Amino acid sequence: MDLVQLQRQFVDYRTSLYHEGFLDEQFTQLQELQDENNPDFVVEVVSLFFEDSERLLNELARALEQQSIDYKRIDAHVHQLKGSSSSIGAQRVQKVCIAFRNYCEEQNVEGCLKCLQQVWHEYSLVKTKLESLFQLEQQILTAGGSIPM
Amino acid sequence: MSLLHVFGFGLKVGHLLWMLCCWVASMISMNWFINGEFKDADTVLLGHSGSKMWLKFWDKFSNYSFNIHHQYYQYVGSKRISKTWWRKLLFSWIIGWILASISILYYMSFQATEKRKETLASMCDERARMLQDQFNVSMNHIQAISIFISTFHHGKTPSAIDQRTFARYTERTAFERPLTSGVAYAVRVLHSEREQFEKQQGWTIKRMDTLEQNPVHKDDYNPDLLEPSPIQEEYAPVIFAQDIVSHVVSLDMLSGQEDSKNVLCARKSGKGVLTAPFRLLKTNRLGVILTFAVYKRDLPLTATPTERIQATVGYLGGVFDIESLVEKLLQQLASKQTILVNVLDTTNQSYPISMYGSNASNDGLEHVSLLNFGDPFRKHEMRCRFKQKPPWPWLGITTSIGILVIALLVGHIFHATVNRLAKVEDDCHKMMELKKQAEAADVAKSQFLATVSHEIRTPMNGVLGMLHMLMDTDLDVTQLDYVRTAQASGKALVALINEVLDQAKIKSGKLELEEVQFDLRAILDDVLSLFSGKSQDKGVEVVQLAVYISDQVPQMLIGDPGRFRQIIINLMGNSIKFTEKGHILVTVHLVEEVIDSIEVETESSSENTLSGFPVADRRQSWKGFRTFSQEGSINPFSHSISLIVSVEDAGEGIPLEAQSRVFTPFMQVDPSISRTHGGTGIGLSISKCLVNLMKGEIGFVSIPKIGSTFTFTAVFTSGSSSSKKYKSQQINKMSNSVSSEFYGMRALVMDPRPVRAKVSKYQIRRLGIHVEVVSQWKQGLSSIRRGSNAINMVIIEQEVWDKYLNNSTLFFDTLEKIDYGTPPKVFLLSNSISSSGANISTGVFNMTVIPKPWRASMLAAALQRTMGVGNKGNPCNGQLPSLSLRNLLLGRKILIVDDNNVNLKVAAGALKKYGADVVSATRGIEAIELLTPPHQFDACFMDIQMPEMDGFEATRRIRDMEHNINNRIHHGELSVEAYNNVSNWHVSILAMTADVIQATHEECLRCGMDGYVSKPFEAEQLYREVSRFFQ
Repeated sequence: MDLVQLQRQFVDYRTSLYHEGFLDEQFTQLQELQDENNPDFVVEVVSLFFEDSERLLNELARALEQQSIDYKRIDAHVHQLKGSSSSIGAQRVQKVCIAFRNYCEEQNVEGCLKCLQQVWHEYSLVKTKLESLFQLEQQILTAGGSIPM
Repeated sequence: MSLLHVFGFGLKVGHLLWMLCCWVASMISMNWFINGEFKDADTVLLGHSGSKMWLKFWDKFSNYSFNIHHQYYQYVGSKRISKTWWRKLLFSWIIGWILASISILYYMSFQATEKRKETLASMCDERARMLQDQFNVSMNHIQAISIFISTFHHGKTPSAIDQRTFARYTERTAFERPLTSGVAYAVRVLHSEREQFEKQQGWTIKRMDTLEQNPVHKDDYNPDLLEPSPIQEEYAPVIFAQDIVSHVVSLDMLSGQEDSKNVLCARKSGKGVLTAPFRLLKTNRLGVILTFAVYKRDLPLTATPTERIQATVGYLGGVFDIESLVEKLLQQLASKQTILVNVLDTTNQSYPISMYGSNASNDGLEHVSLLNFGDPFRKHEMRCRFKQKPPWPWLGITTSIGILVIALLVGHIFHATVNRLAKVEDDCHKMMELKKQAEAADVAKSQFLATVSHEIRTPMNGVLGMLHMLMDTDLDVTQLDYVRTAQASGKALVALINEVLDQAKIKSGKLELEEVQFDLRAILDDVLSLFSGKSQDKGVEVVQLAVYISDQVPQMLIGDPGRFRQIIINLMGNSIKFTEKGHILVTVHLVEEVIDSIEVETESSSENTLSGFPVADRRQSWKGFRTFSQEGSINPFSHSISLIVSVEDAGEGIPLEAQSRVFTPFMQVDPSISRTHGGTGIGLSISKCLVNLMKGEIGFVSIPKIGSTFTFTAVFTSGSSSSKKYKSQQINKMSNSVSSEFYGMRALVMDPRPVRAKVSKYQIRRLGIHVEVVSQWKQGLSSIRRGSNAINMVIIEQEVWDKYLNNSTLFFDTLEKIDYGTPPKVFLLSNSISSSGANISTGVFNMTVIPKPWRASMLAAALQRTMGVGNKGNPCNGQLPSLSLRNLLLGRKILIVDDNNVNLKVAAGALKKYGADVVSATRGIEAIELLTPPHQFDACFMDIQMPEMDGFEATRRIRDMEHNINNRIHHGELSVEAYNNVSNWHVSILAMTADVIQATHEECLRCGMDGYVSKPFEAEQLYREVSRFFQ
């Protein structure tokens, strides 16, 4: 594929991510933190986020299956997830987390379960989106171009 | 004559007036005199030596004047007293002058009367004398006639005279007797001789008294009808008579009562005797008869009356018609009309008989002159009066009225003055009160403003925090936009309130300046980077920003960096607002330098500026500074350092009419300014106050359409005790702080414009690089070719590049041909940031573009990138706080504690980006271990919400530990050496939190934290917090 076309596609895709609310400016800042000293910073952070989030989600699912639900623990997990997501700018995940915590506070199991579903959903979405974004980036880099800012 | 008189009188009046004034003045001063003077005066008079007296006198004099003042203040001070006092004075003044004018009137009319009297007397006396003289002349002549008769009638026999002769003679000599109307001679006839006599004369002697009793008119007068005289002892029939009185011939004089008395008297005395005035026969006018006796022989003067009677032979009588005579006399004299003359016979004092004049009584002036008609038995007098009543003394009246009017006017002036004084005093009191009120109101206003501002700020913080939280919630794009706008507005409002608070603080004198050490250059770098973004946004043309700081200015100063920054930001902010093209240049010098150059520096051409646009001459802006007028005040040995800072722009300038109120708060050039450019107009006023607090002055010069230059001075203290030593280390230290790797390198700057070259030189030299400036590129080439000093880099101004070198390979060819060492790197100085970081390749040669504005750090970054020296630094974009943060955080060892791996990584990445050396920890316990002294950390960022141990708890433990160790070091239980020679351990701990409400400042402080930053990092906030303890 043509490099320029790739670059344009990349820019368009990234813009769409912002517009659809998957990402916010925190992600931009994250990208700004990346430089020659730290060329894979964004990818590192994001993969860390994926690992972390999957672990947390699994733990959340397990915790909600229990007979006596430890809401405190759930809240701590959701808080973690919220922090991570806001750090990378995955704002839709973050927003669901806020709702999740509210239900948690109310000790509303159904709400929590519903939110867990939503968080899973949002997480998967943002994961695919980001992965495809990185893929595009990789393609551009292999084609010898630079990532347009 | 009369003029002189009036003049003299005027002098008199003037004198009188003066005396009166003196009198009043003495009355006024009498009080003081009595109060303060008498005792002293007595002792003085009682005999002291002269010198002592003088001394005393002087003493007294000063006492006296003091008394006057004292009294004056007392009088003026107590209004009521002064008022009554003045009123009394005024009253007595008016009364006094009324009396004075009355007395003047009286005096003057008295004078006039006296004069009139004198005139009357002199006139009367004159008339009386004339009358007397003429009468005497007549009398003498009658006497002469008597002698004539005695000689020619009685001395000769027969008589030489008969009636006809006598009549003719007397007629012809009548002119000699102007006062007589007729003369007659009666002869003495004894009864024995009567018969003979009657025969001889041919008529009988007739009696006269019937005639007297029945006076008849001339017409029906018939002497024949008269009775013959009765028989008597002797008779005196008239024998001769002047024609005019011929009717008396043959009348017996002795038969008339008056006449006989007269005759008898005359012959006894031998002198002329006058009758009382009576109505004359025929004419019926008042007259007197003068009778002389004619003697037979000459009698001696001592003859006795008996002898005289015996010697008598006849009697000569003359009729004096007094009335007509006096009239005739008066007609001869001037001013007959002005006086009335009365002639009286006053022989009988109680019944004066009027001889002449009307009896119209006039109670006015009268003068009496005595008349002596030679008859000792009769007394006559003349009484004179003025015909007219005395005229009004107009002169006196007008004079006194004039004086009175003047006095009243003066009184009125007094009155008006006193009233005015009282009024003014009242007004003054009122004003004072109003002023007090106004001042109180002003203070109240300021306090109110401060309170309200403070009260607004508190809820605003809540609003901003909530908005921040709101942004974290599920918002769509529009909502987010709204929230952002709201937050921006809120921030602007808080900034404004801060400004107002500043103003209020300054006004109430509550603002105090800090005394901390700071780096002036770093501050200016910050400010420059703050504005670089703004200057790029301005529009098509780029406004160049530049800073030049003189080498003589020490690196470290002690003062208030925040306030200094505020001033610079205010001035630059203004310049940016009003500058569309050209440049803004900030220059910092020592005052001493400028004073030296003030005379030396000749007029610089307007073209010699940073951007080539003309600017206002900055030397004009400090013309009025006190510092320059009193050079002696600068003490070269003290540690105080006076800086002079100029901000020069090529903006639109300040209109002349607005220049006077530039420093007035809330005043902008015109209301449209705040619409187009924003701002409250408070900035310059605050700047002025701040400059005053820094013991400096601020001034400006502005030329519309050309630009403005603001200049201020400020006094700081030198950062190190020995400033000279400091200066020598300056370069080294600077290169340490920024980057030492360039030290000793050589650079060639190609720039035709001296000012711009100077700025470039300054910035490059800060890196420790030797700089050579050439204005012509060819000259530069030749210096490169010479190669005596290896030049490591060539820095070309974009202007030069565009004009001469672009598309020309000559330059690079030359560079390539240099066969020794490495060829110099080429940099292009660009005005716009757009092409930053880009490398322009021309053929084989790579050229790096350095964007302006000049900042040492940026330059260093660009150099590092290109020259490959030291790869630690990251090239940074011209974003505002990032550079400052970089300055602060470069090389710092920082611990980040967060249980969230992602957060940890992001935070670490962010801090690393600013050059910090970051260590991560995921648990509170870990952090405590790492932060147990001795350690190398400069700061710690700690998440608050962590499982197991939260941030507050961890901090509390760290603080306890530090405290413990510090105590033990102080007590000598632990050696300082083991703890890196630090005796007081305190690591800065900042809370990291996403939750604004939870992590209130107070709570952070309570558990020993130094501050908090929001998560994810917000560069501005991070800078604010970090800058508090990393200086």
